[in-house]
Amino acid sequence: MARLLLKGGRLLDPRLGLDQEADLLITGSVIARIEPDLEPEPGTRVLDCRGRVVAPGFIDLHVHLRDPGFEWKEDIASGTRAAARGGFTAVVAVPNTRPVIDNAQMVAYVLEKARREAVVKVLPMGAVTKGQEGKELAELGEMAAAGAVAFSDDGNPVENAELMRLALLYARQFGRPVMDHCEDRTLSRGGAMHPGPWCTRMGLPPFDPLAEEVHVARDILLAEATGGHVHIMHVSSARSVDLIRWAKARGVPVTAEATPHHFTLTDEDLYRAGYDTNYKMSPPLRSARDREAIIAGLADGTIDAIATDHAPHHRDDKEVEFALAANGVTGLETAVSLTLDRLVRPGYLSLERAILALSTRPAEILGIRPPTLQVGAEADITVLDLERRVTVRPEEMASKSRNTPFLGWELVGAPVATIVSGRLVMEEGRIVAGQ
Amino acid sequence: MSLRRKDLLGLEDLSREEIDQILDTAERMRGIVDGPVKKLPTLRGKAVVTLFFEPSTRTRNSFELAAKYLGADTVSVAAQVSSVQKGETLLDTARNLEAMGIDAVVIRHSQSGAPHLLARALSASVINAGDGIHEHPTQALLDLFTIRQHKGRLEGLKVVIVGDIWHSRVARSNIYGLSKYGAEIWVTGPATLLPPEIEALGVRATDRLEEALEGADVVNVLRIQLERQAGGYFPSLREYSRFWGITREKLALCREDVLVLHPGPMNRGVEITSDVAESDRSVILDQVRNGVAVRMAVLYLLLGGGIAVG
Repeated sequence: MARLLLKGGRLLDPRLGLDQEADLLITGSVIARIEPDLEPEPGTRVLDCRGRVVAPGFIDLHVHLRDPGFEWKEDIASGTRAAARGGFTAVVAVPNTRPVIDNAQMVAYVLEKARREAVVKVLPMGAVTKGQEGKELAELGEMAAAGAVAFSDDGNPVENAELMRLALLYARQFGRPVMDHCEDRTLSRGGAMHPGPWCTRMGLPPFDPLAEEVHVARDILLAEATGGHVHIMHVSSARSVDLIRWAKARGVPVTAEATPHHFTLTDEDLYRAGYDTNYKMSPPLRSARDREAIIAGLADGTIDAIATDHAPHHRDDKEVEFALAANGVTGLETAVSLTLDRLVRPGYLSLERAILALSTRPAEILGIRPPTLQVGAEADITVLDLERRVTVRPEEMASKSRNTPFLGWELVGAPVATIVSGRLVMEEGRIVAGQ
Repeated sequence: MSLRRKDLLGLEDLSREEIDQILDTAERMRGIVDGPVKKLPTLRGKAVVTLFFEPSTRTRNSFELAAKYLGADTVSVAAQVSSVQKGETLLDTARNLEAMGIDAVVIRHSQSGAPHLLARALSASVINAGDGIHEHPTQALLDLFTIRQHKGRLEGLKVVIVGDIWHSRVARSNIYGLSKYGAEIWVTGPATLLPPEIEALGVRATDRLEEALEGADVVNVLRIQLERQAGGYFPSLREYSRFWGITREKLALCREDVLVLHPGPMNRGVEITSDVAESDRSVILDQVRNGVAVRMAVLYLLLGGGIAVG
């Protein structure tokens, strides 16, 4: 059995209260030993982790792998390579593909293709409604049995409140969360930018944060009424954070995620960038006050998880008029560095809290066993170098798409190794696993 | 003499000196428009295309005449509204025109930022003739020119912009231009059509028309579009006209020598009554004539610049 020894790293697993320098030996797919000083047996691969942080593997709750149907933007092979480069050992694949992942056969397709082509774990998400049309419930039970970890119509909100109520009640039987893209479209009106002085200057159609907040409030009330677990995707506004904080204090089964672009950028950054469509996504970049509230929400745990909403698009979909450009930015290969550089380094978030938001909480939200640094546990591990300086370079990216506002950014702190089920798949930013 | 820039995309990023330069050049161009022989050799050998994705008579004709008076060749493309789903992209359309050797693209487009997309991709000059609800720089320049012509200055004037501020590129460009001269700018209209945090642009905003008109030197009346009614911003043109239409009675709140501007085309009896439009306070036709002079100045300063005029 293959042996991999992580030598001299700082093992940090906040869920266990573990923070110590030690060696960690992986045998096959399992963590075999954790001891202060392990001598490698012959044939053991040694990874020098001195000065580095060894963390439980990171899970991205929100990834558009675009497979099947949009393989020119991304597919399971390229998307999971991007994930490995970014330090993620598992990704949740959002079902707004073509066809939509709304039945057990489609879930099986994703898992089967992932088995053959993925370099990290792929956790399929199923649609809430058939075809994501918001009319009839999809076969949530069948999909759960086939391996779907959560349900979402993402890209679309579940607009019909009664259908959402039923979805929460129904999904609860299978122990799966319903993840909602919160947007009341009568309020967002096809908007493209956060309303405010910068939007007023640019003359772009406004995308009011009320569109999100009204929907978040509705979902919270429905979750409270049904006891079903609702997960709020890509929280973008301060009042949404307040609503979620209020709901959690009441004991409502609600969890939430925020994206690196929303905790890093604002509407003013879009203004400064001219009409650069790499700053266009839904929900849009919001005000400085909203950004601060999201950071505060991540810091106090109101927002449970950092998720990328990795949304690759071909440049043909982006090199057009701003309001006509596709929504979304890539995120897998920049998320961890942005978290370390923008949140941990300035002291907004402890490293422990960042690891909880990237690893432990995402697993708990999905109801799967959290990655952990314990003897006997499956070896899903992310190794970080907090001092590593990286420049975001398009030519180095594993994703098929380059639609990110962070091109050229210099960041401090990066994932330097990704280990999936004991297998080293990324080392120093390079993919080292084959098929 | 020329502008040190390739494109004219808006007044927001123009300096006061650059605007002065355009307005001063337009003074001399106005002399040519008024003169008997409206033909200069200044832009001979240059080709200008007007690429209009929205219907327009006045602005397109104004640009084409301006280019012709300066000796340029012009071609006019009336394109269907660009769509990423069907047909050619905006960039491809523009690149094809550039491949034919044009020197300047005058573009009107329903999407804010469309001219900026072209400006980044083309080496030809791009002139914004109105992009979505963002900017309409030559309209604001001709408004500034007309106000300056009649008032002798822009500094310290109380200028009121009335109507659908939210969806108005004319309003935005006027605000950017006038604020560089220290004018006291007011915007007014139904609360549903005042953009969020418009005060950040250096204007006073009110939904009380009378408060805005009090002592005004200039009233710029915006065209109200019927489709805003369907959008729920106001219930009917009749009601709009009652509360926001500029009538003789309301005009009496302004200074006696108030100037009335309108970018056209007018909805008579809706945002402005005929007696106001045709009164001695109205400079609406001056605006149109000045528009040709201002556009000549812009084309000259972007494309020519080498040969002295007038």
